[in-house]
Amino acid sequence: MRMPINWAKEFADFTCTPQEFADRMTMSGSKVETFECEADGVKNIVVGKILSIVPHPDSDHMVICQVDVGAEEPVQIVTGANNLKVGDLVPAALHVAKLPGGKEIRKGKLRGVESCGMLCSLGELGLTVHDFPNAIEDGILVFDEEWPVGTDAMHALGMDDVSVDFEITPNRPDCLAVRGLAREAAATFGVPFKDHVPQVKPGHGSVESMLRVDIENSDLCYRYVGAVVENVRVKPSPRWMRERLRLCGVRPINNLVDITNYVMLEYGQPMHCFDYRYVNGGHIIVRNAKSGEEIETLDGVQRSLSGEMLVIADEKAPIAVAGVMGGEHSGVYEDTTTIVFESAMFNGPSVRTTAKKLGMRTEASGRYEKGLDPNGCRRCLDRALELVQLLDAGDVVNGVVDVCTQLRPERRIPLRPEAVNRLLGTELSREQMIEILLPLGFVMDGDDVIVPSDRWDMERDCDIAEEVARYVGYNKMPSTAVRGVASARPTERQTFRDSMLNMLVGCGMFEIETFSFYSRKCFDAVNLPENDPLRNALVISNPLGEDTSIMRTTALPSMMDVIARNYNARAAECALFEDTTTYTPNADPNQLPTETETLMLGAYGGKWDYLALKGVVEALAAAARISDIRFVRCTDGTSYHPGRCAEIYVGEEKLGIIGEIHPKVLANYGVKPRVAAAELYMDVLFAHRGGTPIFTQLPKHPAITRDLALVADTGVPAADIAARIRKGAGKVLEDLKLFDVYTGEHMAPGKKSLAYSLVLRASDRTLTDKEAEDAVERVLSLLREINVELRS
Amino acid sequence: MKEALQNIQRTADELIAKATDAAAVDELRVRFLGKKGELTAILKQMGKLSAEERPVIGALANEVREAITADITRRTKELEDAALQARLAGEEIDVTLPGSMPAVGKRHPFEQVLNELKEIFLGMGFDIVAGPEVELDHYNFEMLNMPKSHPARDTQDTFYFTENVLLRTQTSPMQIRTMEKQQPPIRIICPGRVYRSDAVDATHSPIFHQCEGLVVDKGITFSDLKGTLELFIKKLYGEDTRVRFRPHHFPYTEPSAEMDMSCFKCGGKGCSMCKGEGWIEILGCGMVHPKVLENCGIDPEVYSGFAFGVGLERIAMMRYGIDDMRLLYENDLRFLNQF
Repeated sequence: MRMPINWAKEFADFTCTPQEFADRMTMSGSKVETFECEADGVKNIVVGKILSIVPHPDSDHMVICQVDVGAEEPVQIVTGANNLKVGDLVPAALHVAKLPGGKEIRKGKLRGVESCGMLCSLGELGLTVHDFPNAIEDGILVFDEEWPVGTDAMHALGMDDVSVDFEITPNRPDCLAVRGLAREAAATFGVPFKDHVPQVKPGHGSVESMLRVDIENSDLCYRYVGAVVENVRVKPSPRWMRERLRLCGVRPINNLVDITNYVMLEYGQPMHCFDYRYVNGGHIIVRNAKSGEEIETLDGVQRSLSGEMLVIADEKAPIAVAGVMGGEHSGVYEDTTTIVFESAMFNGPSVRTTAKKLGMRTEASGRYEKGLDPNGCRRCLDRALELVQLLDAGDVVNGVVDVCTQLRPERRIPLRPEAVNRLLGTELSREQMIEILLPLGFVMDGDDVIVPSDRWDMERDCDIAEEVARYVGYNKMPSTAVRGVASARPTERQTFRDSMLNMLVGCGMFEIETFSFYSRKCFDAVNLPENDPLRNALVISNPLGEDTSIMRTTALPSMMDVIARNYNARAAECALFEDTTTYTPNADPNQLPTETETLMLGAYGGKWDYLALKGVVEALAAAARISDIRFVRCTDGTSYHPGRCAEIYVGEEKLGIIGEIHPKVLANYGVKPRVAAAELYMDVLFAHRGGTPIFTQLPKHPAITRDLALVADTGVPAADIAARIRKGAGKVLEDLKLFDVYTGEHMAPGKKSLAYSLVLRASDRTLTDKEAEDAVERVLSLLREINVELRS
Repeated sequence: MKEALQNIQRTADELIAKATDAAAVDELRVRFLGKKGELTAILKQMGKLSAEERPVIGALANEVREAITADITRRTKELEDAALQARLAGEEIDVTLPGSMPAVGKRHPFEQVLNELKEIFLGMGFDIVAGPEVELDHYNFEMLNMPKSHPARDTQDTFYFTENVLLRTQTSPMQIRTMEKQQPPIRIICPGRVYRSDAVDATHSPIFHQCEGLVVDKGITFSDLKGTLELFIKKLYGEDTRVRFRPHHFPYTEPSAEMDMSCFKCGGKGCSMCKGEGWIEILGCGMVHPKVLENCGIDPEVYSGFAFGVGLERIAMMRYGIDDMRLLYENDLRFLNQF
């Protein structure tokens, strides 16, 4: 909401600099975004009077003017314009002047004749014909009012007012109006608020004989006030009105349209005017649109209406979409002679829905949807009629048609000073509170605060507390510490998550953050089969674009994206992790999906391969004190390399998957090196975490070490061999390490060599060589069952 | 015999002084002091001496033994010292060569910021809670005093799945879920991802992170809100940081405020960081609206509370001087490695 300060001053006599105004209004609750004055930076442009005009000796299109600028001597200015005559008052930029926009004017010679400045056109002053309808676009601006020569042209042009731009929160539609903001300003600066009561002088005739209004849907239209003006004289509105509209960012059109905009800006109430000729039967009906009905709106677009939309209709057809936009056909044009003014109140949510559905949010609809005050409709219409008379824009027909279905009842809030103090932590007296409330338009009746009807945001104690707080000053209120004993600590789950993520950092991996939504195409990119359940994803009904339209069911595409980005940025090595959420739709779309916390790991380059990443997973499991983690070969994956992929289990529960990325997927992402990745369910990790470790005595008896060099068929998994070694050696096996794996020219085809180191120890005695030999023998006999022999 | 002893001592002295390594010294010890050594050989002849000579020669023999032993000990030590010196000299390295750093990764910058926030609030007695990102309209809006037609919904452009299921636009639904489950006193923060349909640019992202907080108890006041948030900002940005509160509006709090902090870059004088204002907008807050408390079955006549919300991206970007939000989600290693 933009507001010229001088307009507000009609309602409240405050004096301050624009900066002070902005600061104090912001701190009392009307946040000022910016303020600007068109005249800021403009220098040395004054009102000048043309004393003489003679042709330029060396040019057939330029003239030499002597201009009285209020100085002792006239100044000589050469101009190329041909619309001037002696006696004209014009804006004259003198030697070393600055125009709006920053251009500097200095004296100089034009074809040999000295020119001590420049006479300005509309464009050079940053104005348009909308601002000065009597001016011509390709000539010098000639003032149509009398000004003393030498007057600052910015003042004469009405460009010296300050326009303040407020951020108005949705609860304060009353501040979408100069009057509302002025009321705040009056309270802020401690000056009286001078409300204006419009006075309409008696006109002619009687509106009843010309206009009838019926409200068919009183749920959606609370009030409709109409008036008629005959013999309208459509012409530009006066300078002061155009100026204010311009400072509010509204383009002046003609006196009638300008009046509706002016009243809206002043009082917040959207107004409309119809050409009486096109209100068939002089009968306005506020009703729901009939299905199939259409209307061409003022913006020239043909729109189809539907049953839930409210329209203003005459006896034949809709002439406006209620609260949104008028019809093109019934608008006010040059040949209009009689008009109907509308000041009405519609149901906010309904206007909002209609505007949204028609895809046309207008100034009016934006205001209606915030909930305006039906009690103010009549005053606004009167203000419009008052302005018609002031501007001599037509002849007002006596009376108004006021059909009212719902007014706002008087709202009272009991003033409970103790409740207000309890909420604020203050010790203000009842009187101090009342002193704050009265200037804001509240009225006291006994212990009740009567709320102004345009302050429908006020409902209870806390609302009173806010009014009190912002006028005491938020920063003048005490600051205290919350009472009571505070004890908090992270939950075990939170600590666990942190320790897992920090472990990954310790393993050399970097944490990333990626979007939770992506494109359906991501499923193809990671080579998911057509019927894969992961393709069943939550679909956003109003996404920003296809790229961000479904919620991820796997974080692998997100990880691959980041890997590809870093690969393309020529990172030689890259190890990443993300604590992701994946979303599994609920069978009932109105219920929440399942959100699964999944640790996504991905790495390439350097040491990173399947085994390196598997080591990280094993390190995580060790940190979580999980001992029974298993890796089971998985050959049917399509995202992962079928020969280099395992499902991970803890006990019988699936913890996740690990593998190298399938070459097809790598190709889809344009990544050349092998990429290892893993997906782990955090909940499973957490559920299987070990408890507090219990100390075991350090060994007192010596250990015996035995190394076994074994030959196995290449298809036998190392995990199976290790399991048999553990089983065979029994509880004297303290530690088992695989320290070498070899396949190659020294091995028979289809065979591999594995070298294990066994540490054997008994906790209660020194193990004998015999016991060690027996243990090894048991191991070997179990291994022979799967065709694993000692290497000879 | 006396001469022989003196001869031994002289010879031993010479030879020990000439010995150049531990082995040579040991050889000399055996030669002179060993069971079959020269001194022992002489002592074996003691029996031939007269009773008068015996104690004299005996004493002399002992002297000679002690002298040679001392010589050997001294020489051994000298040689060991020399050997150690030689070794140390030979083992010199260039201590300015680069160290071999272990490969260690890093947490994402705003996870680092979030951890800091969590620490501060844990210290102030706030528990940490988390909840679903896909939420019911009921929790994201209705219960927060924003019914379907509420104009404030427009300021939070929302992604919907169905009419009732959406991506949360704030972490406040977790406040509701907490208040439904737990009677006051309540002191929580709920950090997490939130979603609004803003196109990606340098300062906007459809996904961002918030950390909201909620305190509900008997006698909680606006002054408590001010004191708590002032303390939080001072802990995060330093004791010298000043704050100010401006009136604002949120449907779920009343009174509501926005909090600005003195610009950490210029200290409030005005600079490019604070756009010359000296203040930086940092968070929104307010007293929990009594309707919200009532919605959760908490009696606003008995209890009151305050709530606040802060954007993590904003804090991370200001803290690290990051000028483009997109960098946070691009995850370029050259970026991640800087924090």
